[in-house]
Amino acid sequence: MNLQNIIKEIETVDPEFHERVSPRREAIKNMTGFGKKLALGALPLAMGSLFTKAYGQTQPTAINDVLNFALTLEYLEAEFYTRGVAAHGAALAGTPAIGALTTIRNDENNHVNFLKSVLAAAAVAKPNFDFTAKGTFPDPFNTANYAVFLALAQAFEDTGVRAYKGQAPFLMSNKTVLEAALNIHSVEARHASHIRQMRKANGDTTLKPWITGNNRGAIPAAAQAVYNGEELETQATVKLSGMVVDGITLSAAAVTEAFDEPLSYKDALDIAKLFIA
Amino acid sequence: MTKNEALFENKIVADRDSGFANMTRRKFLNFAGASTGLVLLAACSKNDNNGVDLGSGDTGILNYAYALEQLEAAFYIQVVNSFYTGISADERSLLTDIRDHEVAHREFFKAALGGSAIQALEVDFSSINFADRTSVLGTAKAFEDLGVSAYNGAGPLLQSAAFLTLAGKIVSVEARHAALIRDRISNGSFVAGDVVDLTTGLEKSRTPAQVLGIAGTYIKTQINASNLPS
Repeated sequence: MNLQNIIKEIETVDPEFHERVSPRREAIKNMTGFGKKLALGALPLAMGSLFTKAYGQTQPTAINDVLNFALTLEYLEAEFYTRGVAAHGAALAGTPAIGALTTIRNDENNHVNFLKSVLAAAAVAKPNFDFTAKGTFPDPFNTANYAVFLALAQAFEDTGVRAYKGQAPFLMSNKTVLEAALNIHSVEARHASHIRQMRKANGDTTLKPWITGNNRGAIPAAAQAVYNGEELETQATVKLSGMVVDGITLSAAAVTEAFDEPLSYKDALDIAKLFIA
Repeated sequence: MTKNEALFENKIVADRDSGFANMTRRKFLNFAGASTGLVLLAACSKNDNNGVDLGSGDTGILNYAYALEQLEAAFYIQVVNSFYTGISADERSLLTDIRDHEVAHREFFKAALGGSAIQALEVDFSSINFADRTSVLGTAKAFEDLGVSAYNGAGPLLQSAAFLTLAGKIVSVEARHAALIRDRISNGSFVAGDVVDLTTGLEKSRTPAQVLGIAGTYIKTQINASNLPS
């Protein structure tokens, strides 16, 4: 299979194809250098999501569609923690860790139930999930893979924070719904902070509760999309890094940490789709 | 504008020096006052010398956020200038990070508001013992939780999608702070029932009136929020 030729062919019939997928173009070029496993095993998946991205995904504008997107993300988190608590509960019995994971599990299930109650008959069904992303990650529910479980938890929480943030402007026509979404958004951020503290205690010693630059920390490279775009040092034309005030010089690291960036619908869905069976 | 209309002067100063322990009671008094009119004081225009007018519309909401960020930045600057006794290297580093984040938030709003920005507010930290970890972290927790609930409550009052996104970029970082501080006080309390509704998993947002009633304990400058959208 020659990816470059396929892309060329598509471009001849659809001149705008390149523009729509250009952020991914580099990734495709790089695929030829990837390991055997990804090149042979994950390529159909990668191409599949690439095509869906170019042609199938547009930001919904109807409130219910936005909420169903949120519900899909919550289904993912709820099932992830429900299975995670069941899988790792015995080994973690009596620790603060299992207490925290149980708390988060309850929140995520409450979010699912809340969104379903709002959407009523319009709610989408729960998809089937594959938390190995078709073999990209080791099974997070294997008791030997607790670290993988926590790494994915971090990626899901940080994705959730960024995804809700990206959807808020599309909920402005209904203030009640918007406020509810904001009240979920901040809870996801509290979860993210706690999971990051857990991972720090578990060995990723330089990890902070907040996101520095676009650093993913010691989680697998496949999760980099969760952090791309977090490295902004300028907010609404105000360049903050390098500013000196009250004797404090604002570093690039601090400035990027101080603002979490939104993820577009497409980028957030692409991340979620990796885990949909 | 009429008297007694949505005023948050928060002149409950009688027991200001009795400290953080009274937060809950003050909060209650403010809520009670808001519903019964007991503590609402009269004032209305910029000409009444009734404090800094946050303004109206999106500018008013941004000034409201700017006021809260001023409070947080001033607090953490003092925390870092005189760390509490026996602080660990880890907490020294985390609190310095948070200081820098809050200063970045404050400076962002100041620059973004330009000529519409309110003046620098005078703070009152007399109820805080900066030498004591419990006092510092307890205040940090109060400020961070307050900030999150304030942004969540104010988001729907904004007209501009761009401002809503900017507020969203900040509130999740405040929530990260809040969770960390809470866990340092009591590990596992990052989403406890005082800040999150445990039946829905939703954070408990606050209106500007509720927020300024609480924040007023720590701000000397009178703030007039009567022109904010509601």
